[in-house]
Amino acid sequence: MVRINGEDLDVGGKSVAEYLNSAGYDLMRVAVELNGDIVPKAQYSDTIFKDGDSVEVVSFVGGG
Amino acid sequence: MIPTKEEWIKALNDRHRIELQKKISSTTVAVCGLGGLGSNIATSLARAGIGKLILIDFDKVDITNLHRQQYKANQIGMNKTEALQNNLKEINPYIETKIHNVYLDENTAKDILSETDIICEAFDNAEAKASIVNFVLSEMPEKYIVAASGMAGLDSANLIKTRKVSKRFYLCGDEVSDIKDGIGLVSSRVMLCAAHQAHTVLRIIAEEYEV
Repeated sequence: MVRINGEDLDVGGKSVAEYLNSAGYDLMRVAVELNGDIVPKAQYSDTIFKDGDSVEVVSFVGGG
Repeated sequence: MIPTKEEWIKALNDRHRIELQKKISSTTVAVCGLGGLGSNIATSLARAGIGKLILIDFDKVDITNLHRQQYKANQIGMNKTEALQNNLKEINPYIETKIHNVYLDENTAKDILSETDIICEAFDNAEAKASIVNFVLSEMPEKYIVAASGMAGLDSANLIKTRKVSKRFYLCGDEVSDIKDGIGLVSSRVMLCAAHQAHTVLRIIAEEYEV
């Protein structure tokens, strides 16, 4: 299981890009941290979740 | 009568204690975007005696800004950078400021942000928010970034929070109230979010890293 925003999800083996797309995120509006480190956008397709990973997906909304 | 610099520093030292004020006065903070968030963040930090503010925006003051941003009716049409710099100097005549009248993107960010200790993301556009946060965390990992997401509308003030996402990334707001969904931005709720950001900056300076 992979812990994403506090929820355990069965997404081990999926790439960051696959997960974000399947969960409906707009890739232009997110920042993704994997085990406390930012995942650069250029590495979303090559970064694969492993069981035990801890992930934070921050999805920005407009306004300021 | 405008106080002398010595009087100004003494008043801040008396208020914040000299040890903390020394840290505040030696910190450089960048404010990226000078709208409802950025103009209020900068005002709070100028009052607190921050050492130096880097003020970044490409826009001009518009009549539609005045309901929530720290500008005045007679500043309509001015560059926000210059208008805010003037207003901050009226509040704190001894603050050091540097203005950049540019659109901050990945090409311009590195040079402009290099001298800062802490960066406040205060844009209104969601893609621009994500872009600068990704840039700072990827390319400037020694800096702190204090960002904001979700402060539109008239929902409860108590839903605006500060969250520590990771070691150097703090996020303020309710994370859901999008400007496109309801009545738009209301001054008090935007100011709350800006106050969360400014307060987080001061807590980082005070080495109080938890929220």
